[in-house]
Amino acid sequence: MRLIKVEYAYKIYKNGTTAVADLSVSIDKGEFVFVIGSTGSGKSTFIKMLYREEKPTKGKVIVGGIDVAKLRNSKVYKLRRKLGVVFQDFKLLPKLTVYENVAFALETLGLPNSEIRPKVLRAIEAVGLKEKTRNLPSQLSGGEQQRVSIARALVNDPKLLICDEPTGNLDPETSKEIVALLDKINKELGTTIIMATHDKELVNRMKKRVLVIEDGVLARDDQKGSYKVHESVKNS
Amino acid sequence: MKALRILKRSIRDSFKSVFRNFSLSMASIVCTTITLILVAISLFLTYNVRQVTTNLESELTIVVYFKGDVTEKQEEEIQNDMKTNPKIESAKLKTKEEWKAEMKKSSEEFALIDDLGVNPLLDSLIVKVQDVKDLNEVAEKLKKYEYVESARYGEGMVENIISIFDVLSYGAIGIVGALVLVTAFLIGNTIKLTIFSRKTEIEIMRLVGASNTAIKIPFVFEGFILGILGSIIPVVLSIYGYVFLYDQTGGYISTKIITLATPFPLVFWVSAFLVIIGSVVGMFGSWRAVRKYLKI
Ligand SMILES: Nc1ncnc2c1ncn2[C@@H]1O[C@H](COP(=O)(O)OP(=O)(O)OP(=O)(O)O)[C@@H](O)[C@H]1O
Ligand SMILES: [Mg+2]
Repeated sequence: MRLIKVEYAYKIYKNGTTAVADLSVSIDKGEFVFVIGSTGSGKSTFIKMLYREEKPTKGKVIVGGIDVAKLRNSKVYKLRRKLGVVFQDFKLLPKLTVYENVAFALETLGLPNSEIRPKVLRAIEAVGLKEKTRNLPSQLSGGEQQRVSIARALVNDPKLLICDEPTGNLDPETSKEIVALLDKINKELGTTIIMATHDKELVNRMKKRVLVIEDGVLARDDQKGSYKVHESVKNS
Repeated sequence: MKALRILKRSIRDSFKSVFRNFSLSMASIVCTTITLILVAISLFLTYNVRQVTTNLESELTIVVYFKGDVTEKQEEEIQNDMKTNPKIESAKLKTKEEWKAEMKKSSEEFALIDDLGVNPLLDSLIVKVQDVKDLNEVAEKLKKYEYVESARYGEGMVENIISIFDVLSYGAIGIVGALVLVTAFLIGNTIKLTIFSRKTEIEIMRLVGASNTAIKIPFVFEGFILGILGSIIPVVLSIYGYVFLYDQTGGYISTKIITLATPFPLVFWVSAFLVIIGSVVGMFGSWRAVRKYLKI
């Protein structure tokens, strides 16, 4: 089943920069997709359109049945509840514990505490931080902090998990662990995962679908892709 | 239920935030307090001025003294002239005997009046006009009667007092209006800083799908709390201050006309008004800041 459908999407920023141009792509439920490309190529912009941080200037972006281009500002929350977002810089609240950071997402949605608790504990357990629920972010390693932010993104059982360079701040070993965790979530929970990254090795090793964006244009869409464009083209 | 939980959490967060930005919150609270004290003063002032004005207006009286040799018939003639005049509210005769009785009643010293043998007082006609503006004209007309000795009234004093009071209360309203705006601005500024200090929090709330209303409520509520906290001292001051003033003066500032209104229930009305102004100004200030800096 189709979860994301992008058709001839453009994003032209107010200053005139065309960050995404004429981009069309479809992503099914349960897929794991890497988005790669050199810096400034438009990966983040593409991803931001999926969760309506940016509105497409032209074209269609449909996520989980919601037409993002037509979504009014006051209704964006309806889209956001269907997906989770993870960033390079974790975006944790420094004064809240691991548990509170994850619970925060549900509290703002007005869930009762009796429902919040089991969900939060389940999400924390899923990312392997059961032992550290009472720690503050400052008492965690970078990888652990990213796990907390993944737990927070997952706590409301979204169908889609969007990650913009989730391993950008982590060392190679920790990055591997995080991607392994995302892979596990994708396989076990069936969550669709879209991940923008610069990490060549990682992309090459995982053999997932790869979208290559160059200068805002979708340059390549490989089912079992790798990072090195030219070599793969030469070899085939 | 859901809305209630969101509200409950908003209230909790708002209180936390008030204490987190304590010095800034204090500035807003103090400003609200000063404004509301001035609001209270002008409310009491305006209310009392209104009352004094009505007192004065009900005293729009011309006292006509007849000459000693006037006959009862002539007195009645003038009274009837007055009664048929549309500008006159009432015209009552008051004989010298009635004056004497009243004077004796008001003070024991006047008991001596009986020793005089004859009554030295004059018969009079008490004329009340409808409108303060007609005082002069009516008085002049009365003076022209042959048997009228004199026709007296406040001669300008009454009109002057009323117009001074009018200016006073307009001035008070103007100053209070300006202060209310300043307060709203200050509270808005406090909220702006709260918003900045909670940027990440707001960002995350948006990401996880909190509705705009759920994001806004805590800030508007924070303004509400600042307004309420700012109105505590003014309310206490209004109630105790006014009652104290009333007790000290016995309700009379000077003469029987310029009096203070009785404190109850006036002080409660003023207090309620202060709390409402404080909270509305607080919410208005923060609502503006939320609209400007939250961009949702
Ligand atoms: N808010 C903005 N206003 C104007 N131009 C922007 C804005 N955001 C991004 N851009 C521009 O759009 C282009 C694409 O940016 P984007 O952030 O999508 O790239 P990216 O592929 O995510 O890069 P990186 O790998 O460095 O994260 C760049 O040229 C960038 O300068
Ligand atoms: Mg980027």
